[in-house]
Amino acid sequence: MEEKKLMKGNEAFAEAAIRGGCHLYFGYPITPQNEIPEYMSRELSKHGGSFVQAESELAAVNMAYGGALTGHNVFLSSSSPGIALMQEGISFMCSAEIPVVMLNISRGGPGVGGIQPGQADYRQATKGGGNGDYHVPVFAPASVQESVDLIYDAIPIAERYRNPVMILADGMLGQMMEPVTLPEHRAVRSEAELLAEKPWALNGHGDKRERMVIQSLHLKPEELEAHNMHLEEKYQSMRKELPKYQIKNCKDAEIVFVAFGTMSRIVNEAIDQLKTEGITAGLIRPITLWPFPEAAFDEIDPSTKVVISTELAIGQMMEDVKSAVAGRFPVELIYRTGGMVPTPMEVARRAKQILEAIR
Amino acid sequence: MAKGSIRINIDKCKGCELCVASCPKKILKIHDSTLNAMGHHPVSVTDKENCTGCGICGLMCPDGVISVYRED
Amino acid sequence: MKTVFEYTRGMRPVTTTYCPGCTHGIAHRLVMEVLVEKGLLGDTIGVSPIGCSILSHDYMNVDMCESAHGRAPAVASGIRRALPNKTVFTYQGDGDLASIGAGEIIHAAHRGELFTTIFINNAIYGMTGGQMAPTTLIGQKSTTGVDGRKKEISGMPLRISELLATIDGAVFVERVALNTPANVRKAKKAIEKAFTVQQMGLGFGLVEVLSTCPTNWGLSPVDSMTWLEENMIPYYPLGNFRCPEEVK
Repeated sequence: MEEKKLMKGNEAFAEAAIRGGCHLYFGYPITPQNEIPEYMSRELSKHGGSFVQAESELAAVNMAYGGALTGHNVFLSSSSPGIALMQEGISFMCSAEIPVVMLNISRGGPGVGGIQPGQADYRQATKGGGNGDYHVPVFAPASVQESVDLIYDAIPIAERYRNPVMILADGMLGQMMEPVTLPEHRAVRSEAELLAEKPWALNGHGDKRERMVIQSLHLKPEELEAHNMHLEEKYQSMRKELPKYQIKNCKDAEIVFVAFGTMSRIVNEAIDQLKTEGITAGLIRPITLWPFPEAAFDEIDPSTKVVISTELAIGQMMEDVKSAVAGRFPVELIYRTGGMVPTPMEVARRAKQILEAIR
Repeated sequence: MAKGSIRINIDKCKGCELCVASCPKKILKIHDSTLNAMGHHPVSVTDKENCTGCGICGLMCPDGVISVYRED
Repeated sequence: MKTVFEYTRGMRPVTTTYCPGCTHGIAHRLVMEVLVEKGLLGDTIGVSPIGCSILSHDYMNVDMCESAHGRAPAVASGIRRALPNKTVFTYQGDGDLASIGAGEIIHAAHRGELFTTIFINNAIYGMTGGQMAPTTLIGQKSTTGVDGRKKEISGMPLRISELLATIDGAVFVERVALNTPANVRKAKKAIEKAFTVQQMGLGFGLVEVLSTCPTNWGLSPVDSMTWLEENMIPYYPLGNFRCPEEVK
């Protein structure tokens, strides 16, 4: 049954994962996502699931790999430096084709950085911090409700592609309270149903079939190349099937902002502010950061003067924006970093200066 | 009449001599004039009559080369 | 005529890539014999490490997965939580378990995870070419310590069984060796007990298996067995460190 509630972001995210069918959770305390392991430790046993507080994020991601290779749905969460530690396991799971859903409640970096919201994990999330030719679909919600929906929907996406999927939120979303409609609990599959759906999952051969192996080692280069090409075929399908974005007012806009997550909410208010000053501005809000929704940029009106990547990072998304714009418009940057969040007025003021310089 | 006997899968033998060293009757020897497909000199029995079928050669073989049998 | 010894069906009928005389072959076989005798072969999931024995999944006739270097205990914890009724084991070398994976093994033991670890201690890194391990003996030569391990530079060799035996959750800890037929028989008994402990849900179990690496030690397989006896056993004493009453 669907349920409407006022919830703190992090707790709603955890509940969405449980309702989506993730009854295994492995985590490690790190701010600003601590409400997630806390919630899981209270709630999972009620669903016959298992919560493990791992000794590190490195262990957590490898536990997730172990849990998920049995065919069971696994949820992982952490925050920026913790996600950095998980890169070994993310690369490994991409190679071994093991689906998990992980949530990054990102904060300011580099290094230990701070604990205030940030988007400087953009590059880590979309370009991969691990080794090898691999990709992870990355979804970037802008509200508690959208986070809940994306987490819930990410579970079958990870299963379909047999690949990890990341939800990149930030400390602001994790800590805010908003009304949410929680989706209904997915039906629990029996062990037999699970194995029928996922014939690759390890469960013991039962003396009924050949033994199976889940691996990421391919010592022969021709074998590894063939494996990587098989993975690349999946990534090509993802590039076609996954891009998702929201577009606002791009038909007659002088300025088109590009912003995701928390930053897109601030930009929305900046657009209203600019309107009172007689400047029309629009917004492209990527919901998938990888694959980057390049098609959105074809909707920009030729009369647009400038595209502005607006980030809580120093031009990390701007690289993808420039690539998508492909020289059709000037691309500029508005950012704050280190956990600083700009006000809508600040964004509007900077945008106006950029526009005047271009005019 | 020998109390025991062994069967050697010559193709799998790597010639490591762990069986030779541990045979209580000292009746195993590397066959220097034979090479298997892997390029190893495999083990052979020098004195079949003395085999007691104790099983130690099989126990110490890392490669599953030897099966051991004993007369009832 | 009765069969005294036959290769177990727990091992797949293939030739291993291990060097001549490498005791991995014996250790693999003992684990698989135990699983066959307990009727667990079809209900077991094994985790292979990084090291020579990453390929153990080509040889052992059970479902298996690879793990990143040192992480096998974390992977096994995840598997066991997902499948509480299955049998799970990790098979790890000393570089994997005692060095890069020291954190994972300690905390799997600390949580009392219900799986069994077979820890192969041959005092050296095999696959990467004979580098010093935390278990390399004082004076023992390696490619990262050509004059032999020195205490002042690298500390004393790490005794994993003694270390883990201090952790409550590690309810079964025993060190065995593969250098003589009698010791091979004792090793099998210890492995059998470690799996019994798992079956009974008593806690985490580990069997440390003193093994050889003739290639990187620069000795013949037979001389390696002597070296193990004369050098490893005095520093790594054999015996049981912890055993629950139920399986004594």
